[in-house]
Amino acid sequence: MSNQIKASHEPLIHVTKRDAMVWWKSWLIRIIAVIAAMMVGTAFTWILTGVSPIEIVKTMFEGSFGTERKIWIFLKDSAMLLGISLAVTPAFKMRFWNTGAEGQVLIGALASVTCMFYLGDKLSNVVTLLIMLAASIVAGAIWAGVAGFFKAKWNTNETLFTLMMNYVAMQLVAFCIMKWVPSGSMVLSPLNSTTQTGWLPSVFGQKYLLNIAIVLVITVIMFVYLKFSKHGYEISVVGESENTARYIGINVKKVILRTVIISGALCGIMGWLYVAGLDHSIETGTVGGNGFTAIMVSWLAKFHPLFMVVASLLICFLQIGSGALASNPSLKLNSSLGDIITGIIILFIIGSEFFIRYKVNFRKKHKEEANKNA
Amino acid sequence: MKKIAIELKNITKRFGAVTANRDVCLTVYNGEILSLLGENGSGKTTLMNMIAGIYYPDEGSIFINGNEAIISSPKDSFKYGIGMIHQHFKLVNVFSATENIILGLDDGSSFDLEKSAKKVKEIADKYGFDIDPAKKIYEMSVSEKQTVEIIKDLYRGADILILDEPTAVLTPQESDKLFAVLRRMRDDGKAIIIITHKLHEVLSLSDRVSVLRKGEYIGTVNTAETNESELTEMMVGEKTALNIYRGEPKNSELRLSVKNISCKSREGVKLLDNVSFEAMSGEILGIAGIAGSGQRELLEAIAGLQSLDSGEITYYTPETNMEENLRDKTPMQIRELGVRLSFVPEDRLGMGLVGNMDIIDNMMLRSYSKGKGVFLQRKEPKDLAEKIIEQLKVVTPNANTPVRRLSGGNVQKVLVGREIAAAPTVLMAAYPVRGLDINASYAIYDLLNQQKESGVAVIFVGEDLDVLIELCDRIVVIGGGQITGTVDARCATKEEIGLLMTKSNGGAKE
Repeated sequence: MSNQIKASHEPLIHVTKRDAMVWWKSWLIRIIAVIAAMMVGTAFTWILTGVSPIEIVKTMFEGSFGTERKIWIFLKDSAMLLGISLAVTPAFKMRFWNTGAEGQVLIGALASVTCMFYLGDKLSNVVTLLIMLAASIVAGAIWAGVAGFFKAKWNTNETLFTLMMNYVAMQLVAFCIMKWVPSGSMVLSPLNSTTQTGWLPSVFGQKYLLNIAIVLVITVIMFVYLKFSKHGYEISVVGESENTARYIGINVKKVILRTVIISGALCGIMGWLYVAGLDHSIETGTVGGNGFTAIMVSWLAKFHPLFMVVASLLICFLQIGSGALASNPSLKLNSSLGDIITGIIILFIIGSEFFIRYKVNFRKKHKEEANKNA
Repeated sequence: MKKIAIELKNITKRFGAVTANRDVCLTVYNGEILSLLGENGSGKTTLMNMIAGIYYPDEGSIFINGNEAIISSPKDSFKYGIGMIHQHFKLVNVFSATENIILGLDDGSSFDLEKSAKKVKEIADKYGFDIDPAKKIYEMSVSEKQTVEIIKDLYRGADILILDEPTAVLTPQESDKLFAVLRRMRDDGKAIIIITHKLHEVLSLSDRVSVLRKGEYIGTVNTAETNESELTEMMVGEKTALNIYRGEPKNSELRLSVKNISCKSREGVKLLDNVSFEAMSGEILGIAGIAGSGQRELLEAIAGLQSLDSGEITYYTPETNMEENLRDKTPMQIRELGVRLSFVPEDRLGMGLVGNMDIIDNMMLRSYSKGKGVFLQRKEPKDLAEKIIEQLKVVTPNANTPVRRLSGGNVQKVLVGREIAAAPTVLMAAYPVRGLDINASYAIYDLLNQQKESGVAVIFVGEDLDVLIELCDRIVVIGGGQITGTVDARCATKEEIGLLMTKSNGGAKE
């Protein structure tokens, strides 16, 4: 070879794969990521608006922890998000991308509201609540089950399918409200507000406590179901490799359908909680995007129900905090700034996974360090 | 003295805690064929990938024609005149040979297919390749595709050619043809590196042999001055007996009969065409053939994973000799019939095991549904996992390690161990030693022999004809979905089987 090629430089950075990291190290990286994200996010705001980082952090914390009432709202919101995240998790573990939790919860809520609307206070509170619950479970299960059926039978794309079902559910809700509210205001005022039939009671004087308790029970059940039951095992095998599942004789179609129906039924229960425990009414925005946020929570927690508690608390804290930033009149901040900070934090958390899995080497390597990590 | 084409100095490459190459030095001269010999997992391919620009070395340097070279992408490597033919071809199926060869080529000349085709033909004639430049890739056999890959590199002016296990997919006849071409290229002054773990190929083809073991450079010897046992010792690190034990079949009786089975793929291509054979208890039945000739479909049909268009599969229960029809039954139904059929599939981590699950959970795959109640029983699988780890000497930190973290040989031990633990009467194993080092391979042969002695009908799908001939009692040859012959392994030759492998008109399909 005659042509001489100039010796180019060694690449500035090159990335190598790490061995499995000890758990505390990986959590340390994640915590550092959150702190770094807070610093970057607040510094960013500081530069743009002149509001000091301390003020921002303080406002965000006050949003969730400022008063006892705020703490309860924070816990309630986290619980609802957690519940929906748990509902999508069995499907996700099976690599069935259920993006239709929003619609499944909403249709569950609609089923409950329908029961309340037509039953009124004819039956006792407990019976009404149980009928509502059953209706919600069935509605949620059907809403998800349709997508599951098509997936199992003809291998349709479940992401699109479940996503589209969201809009159908929303339109159905709009239709029902239009039918039920003769004035045309499209606002359904809380049903049975005098007798409180079909309302979950307050426990220890706390309106939200029962909601939170129910979600915590679901968390434990889901943890046990996924980890210790035969069903949970089948879900993992189908999710990891359909070929292996077939090889050992699992009926893959049956498992897909069953799991998706369980996922939808749980969404239905969450819809019931929205109606019986919180709103006693319905609007198209009842779920408020939690059906989508839940996807992120489930992923952040790597489909582990107990980590999901932490993840939903964090996400809720960010959501409420960014809301508090936008609505604090003394700061005079644009309402988008809260979202920007939230975005930065989530980006850092997801990005930190890269540093857990890979190691970045710079051109001038330190041999001692390389040896230490090897 | 010949000129040095490429020189590696103290190359180190790590993947996490695993060191794939440590301080490797290697020299290749122009006009020679160098064999890079080593067991699976010894770092041969990693080392070559660093020359080809796929990986970048953590430490060390590469010299090409005496100048230090920084190869950080395949493009750089091509600049230095290096061409690598990977085990898995990278060709566009609907394009012709010429189109594939000039694809992505940016040499400043205008696009002229005819001129390119002529140049391809010239290269082919010069070295004695057999190629039709206008033929589409999907119409080609594996060996023709390989030819296209080699010419692709020559067309780009490669002076250093690296071939990764080039004979793995070829018949003995095709291998001989390839070797003739490679010798001609050597005489033309090119430097050729061939990665292999087959000793007889090393001895018949190469001028020098460099040996790697566990990522470290062991040494280089001249082929003329060495022999198989010396090379094995370098490769394995200890003296190893290379003979496979084969006992006489005892109390053979019919266990499984396959009659005239046929099936088609979704596109309507015949995968199995009128296949019939019988498997006897107490013998090892080999199935030989070019990769993708229907071996997988055949085993999956018996295991209840492939639906058939016609034919019968009958199982004869030991002692009672009761006949059970296995066709159109699911694996669950077959198990419920009391048929003890074990299957070690080709795709270990994608079918036989779940890579992300630990050894205990993988043991549970076969037994999880046993027992009443909705909860899993982890006690029995745990005991089984520990038994297998101990008896088969599986190297693992503990039974809770995900199997994907284990080395290939240990993964296979886990899988074979689980299948044997089910006390089978029929044991099917597809390429059970693929990717395993010599000691692990012999451990698997021993396990298969033990099963044979205890009266199991063993069906062994293999790719290495030498092994098939040494290990099996009878060999059924499959070609293009048809059985092209059955031979007695005790008196068959490799050439005879090689001819049978290509006998069918369909040829090999992907």
